[in-house]
Amino acid sequence: MVRVLISVPKRVKRGEAFDVKLLISHPMESGQRRDDMGQAIPRDIINSFVCTFDGDEVLRADLFPAIAANPFLSFAVVVQESGTLAMTFTDDHGAVQTETASVTVE
Amino acid sequence: MSRLPSWCPWPFLQGGPASLVLAGLLALTVAPASAADKRSGYQDASPETQAMQDDDAANPGFLWVQQGETLWSGRVGNANRSCADCHGAAPATMRGVAARYPMFDARLGRPITLPQRIQQCRVERQGAAPLASESDALLGLAAYVGLQSRGMPVQVAIDGPAQPSFEAGKALFTTRQGQFNLSCAQCHDGLAGQRLAGSVIPQGQPNGYPEYRLEWQGMGSLERRIRNCLVGVRAEPFAADAPELADLELYLGWRANGLRVETPAVRP
Amino acid sequence: MLRRRFLVLAGSGLLVPLAPIRPVNATPAQVAALIAELVGDAQIRDERVKLDLPVMVENGNSVGMTVTVDAPVADLRSIDVFAEGNPLPHVVRVRFGPHAGAPRFATRIRLATSQTVIAVAKLADGSCWRDSVDLLVTLAACID
Repeated sequence: MVRVLISVPKRVKRGEAFDVKLLISHPMESGQRRDDMGQAIPRDIINSFVCTFDGDEVLRADLFPAIAANPFLSFAVVVQESGTLAMTFTDDHGAVQTETASVTVE
Repeated sequence: MSRLPSWCPWPFLQGGPASLVLAGLLALTVAPASAADKRSGYQDASPETQAMQDDDAANPGFLWVQQGETLWSGRVGNANRSCADCHGAAPATMRGVAARYPMFDARLGRPITLPQRIQQCRVERQGAAPLASESDALLGLAAYVGLQSRGMPVQVAIDGPAQPSFEAGKALFTTRQGQFNLSCAQCHDGLAGQRLAGSVIPQGQPNGYPEYRLEWQGMGSLERRIRNCLVGVRAEPFAADAPELADLELYLGWRANGLRVETPAVRP
Repeated sequence: MLRRRFLVLAGSGLLVPLAPIRPVNATPAQVAALIAELVGDAQIRDERVKLDLPVMVENGNSVGMTVTVDAPVADLRSIDVFAEGNPLPHVVRVRFGPHAGAPRFATRIRLATSQTVIAVAKLADGSCWRDSVDLLVTLAACID
């Protein structure tokens, strides 16, 4: 389990884009580093991110080791009615985690 | 001046330039920054790093704050007691508390840092095992408590029984240490504002801890930062529970009095 | 040159005193080949994409980046970012769906050295557009 902070405006306007910001607690170990004993530290990153709104895609991202530790992602979303944003992450071990945030159209 | 060893962590000090830099340091007359000249490390950070700190939704330190907030109300230990069971809602009861740390603990007869106070509470009041040093949980609790003082001036007291510890901390700050034979004061009083390679030398003010450092790719305590500095000058770092460390942190806290608490700060 | 390279690696945390490693970085030619593969037969032009990155990077461990495309978001298929001087040059690939609200994506990236970063946008009509930034990576002086 990674810790996730999702920032969504409290209320949004129908058909008007709003910004979503995400922080994910993850070392994003690049596989390019060695420990103090000279051993290579194995790669361990979140490699996939998908954001959907009530099942329809907002965007999806393939993340590579050049994404900074504790990843920050930000993008714009547009909706016509209230619903749920779902953010799904997959890591190198195949673990999948989904976090949700509700969106209220005023 | 001989060449510095090849494993020197500051490679630009190797060879010729080292002699010049170190000769300059040796010649310096060191004077502490006056109150008006106090600068938070924030002011020396790039606009991008400042922006990362300013936006709570983009500041990675809030991942730890979030964890600390959860832990605050979690019951643990033989007492099955949470922080909240005694202290209530942190935004009300912890307001201004972190700004006064380190503080002198009369029972222990020495200064105690905020993470040490959290550990003390854990062991003595909650009957739980202490958290690992620099663990996400301990940093998270310290960040959550620290956040409640954000924007308030640092107010570390050094009078009365704290005076000897303060003097000891001050002596440590101004004592040359390690193979480089450098004191904290030589860089952070004497050379603050100048550049070490591409980076501005900050005053070393502790008003944002625990803080998120891009260099660490994570959160860390003032103790970790001091350890980095000591290793940097090739000195033996203090043990985690060494009284010297609390003395030095007390001096640093006093030195920062008046600066605003920025926890969780973001620094390069 | 070697000294700068060493400094940059040190600053990016890729180097520890006891176990120095110098990863083999990508080359501009490798990145050009990756981009050629991405755009296929389409022509690629230096327009309509804005890659925002600081020209002076304080710490290569975490560099804020925003890519904005001058096109209706409904027409935007993907954004790819490549870092010519990283050991692994492909940084991110983003594909946009029906609920995307703007042709824009922001994140924080790692940069192993001073280098050129390139963003490529692909539109629904198959056209490809790009922008690039040459940047200098300095470092923090102390290593953990």
